[in-house]
Amino acid sequence: MGVLASVLGVFDITLDKLSDGELWLAQFFRGLSDGATYASVALALVMIYKSTGFINFAQGSLALLGVYLAYIFSVEQGLPVAVAVVCAMVASSAVAMLVERVFIRPFPPDHVLPLVIVTLGLLLIIDSAVGIVWGFRTRSLPSMFPSGAPIEWGIAQLTWRTIGNLGTVFAVVGLLYLLLSRTKVGLAFRAVSSNLESARLVGIRVGPTLGFGWALAAAIGTLGGALVVPDLLLEPSIMLRVLIFSLAAAALGGLDSMVGAVIGGLVVGLARNLLVTFLDLSELALATAVAVILVVLLVRPTGLFGSTRVERV
Amino acid sequence: MSAPYLEVQGLKAAYGDIQVLHGIDFSVAEGQIAVILGANGAGKTTTLRALCAMVSTEGSIKLAGDELAGQRTADIVRRGVAHVPQGRGTFPELSVEENLMAGAFVRSDPEVRADADRWYETFPVLGERRGQTAGSLSGGEQQMLAIARALMLRPSLLLLDEPSLGLAPMITRSLFEQLTAINADAGTTMLVVEQNASLALGVADVAYVLEAGEVALSGPADELAADDNVRRAYLGY
Ligand SMILES: Nc1ncnc2c1ncn2[C@@H]1O[C@H](COP(=O)(O)OP(=O)(O)OP(=O)(O)O)[C@@H](O)[C@H]1O
Ligand SMILES: [Mg+2]
Repeated sequence: MGVLASVLGVFDITLDKLSDGELWLAQFFRGLSDGATYASVALALVMIYKSTGFINFAQGSLALLGVYLAYIFSVEQGLPVAVAVVCAMVASSAVAMLVERVFIRPFPPDHVLPLVIVTLGLLLIIDSAVGIVWGFRTRSLPSMFPSGAPIEWGIAQLTWRTIGNLGTVFAVVGLLYLLLSRTKVGLAFRAVSSNLESARLVGIRVGPTLGFGWALAAAIGTLGGALVVPDLLLEPSIMLRVLIFSLAAAALGGLDSMVGAVIGGLVVGLARNLLVTFLDLSELALATAVAVILVVLLVRPTGLFGSTRVERV
Repeated sequence: MSAPYLEVQGLKAAYGDIQVLHGIDFSVAEGQIAVILGANGAGKTTTLRALCAMVSTEGSIKLAGDELAGQRTADIVRRGVAHVPQGRGTFPELSVEENLMAGAFVRSDPEVRADADRWYETFPVLGERRGQTAGSLSGGEQQMLAIARALMLRPSLLLLDEPSLGLAPMITRSLFEQLTAINADAGTTMLVVEQNASLALGVADVAYVLEAGEVALSGPADELAADDNVRRAYLGY
């Protein structure tokens, strides 16, 4: 008993804290809110992974650019935040299409290594460009959702922002599902991810289809960024931090499953908030995310919902 | 005889520095079935891939008088060229139904649905499994799906790379009967690569024998079937 007490003591766990129902609930809500933001960026990662077979590191940077544009449109130009975010989504998709056309399409889509290196290069270029253009001072972007909380139990609040973040992510997943399963461009996208050669042989133009995937992923990433940033502050390295958690979410969900990305995001969000509060691990939050990625890759590389790749002839 | 529907002249193809086809000539008349025979590695698959711009080529490929060389795969498909590649030409993660819809990707006419139902009737296993993913079908069922997928284009030229691969002998025979029926029905011109030479020569009008990237023999299928060299090398009697 004495040993246990001292172990708990190291982690600053008091029974008070553990038995505090309101604190649990408060952290649960915060976890959901964070989780929703990780999930939306994880969705963008999964989109590109599904179609190309690699993690696109430039994704976070395109989202970063999108969030800065949202900042310009709303804070500097005075547009309502939601409108500004939609404009930023459109603009970042356009940039993503251009980037895909100029830097990605010249490389054969089935040779992954050069493409991974190119996306790493793009990450560095876009991030520094953002730093050069907008500087490194922090800014704050208001949330798209009203402040306040419709439901409160003591310190536990279910805020409009949490509800908005969750609602947005579920709406995005629903729309993506409809787009991919009910439209021709969705069919083309899934055909390209499934069998590149046969996709060509049925007349699908592979380049533009992948460009469309980039645009869509940039739009989703920008939206995800616009959900995250109001909780933190906007500065050029912000998406890098979010990217780690989102990668953990995507890995946990199985990398090629959209539903997995959402559930992975929520699990990572909850785990992070509960660990930070009850184990007082705030310094280790990023390390925890990396640990999740490593454990998943070691123990169950297909994640919770990933498909084992069927071997192709 | 009128000008051939498909006329290939001086076709060369290479993978990087390795030249595989060294300038081959062949032609297929409209509505005919042509078969390409040859040993493993002779360049049969490469020939079909060259027709669809899936490998870098030189030479002339004329389809109904139009030059296909230099066009992109997507545009060649829109000219009505369907290709069943060697091995699994399906989309494993997509359902059987979605595979057929992908086959009709470039079509926008209202008869796509009716065509899909028609191929479900021709290949009843596919009809029974229309909601299943293609990857969950057996190898032979996937081969049928790949063929049905290609037919969904309503092709004017159908390229088939070893359609009998992985099919039971009975099924292979009935498949070739289906193909000749489609050929008679819709007048679809076909170019077939096939290891089962006696079956293929039985349904074909003309035949070409490839050796090391060159056309070694060619002629009417029945004449080649009677040729001593062909019999010894490909028919085994
Ligand atoms: N992707 C490739 N890269 C390099 N060389 C290739 C490639 N594909 C085929 N080859 C080479 O081209 C030659 C012809 O191959 P091809 O696949 O056309 O033969 P094939 O007649 O279809 O043989 P099979 O009966 O075994 O299918 C072979 O020597 C092969 O090694
Ligand atoms: Mg072959």
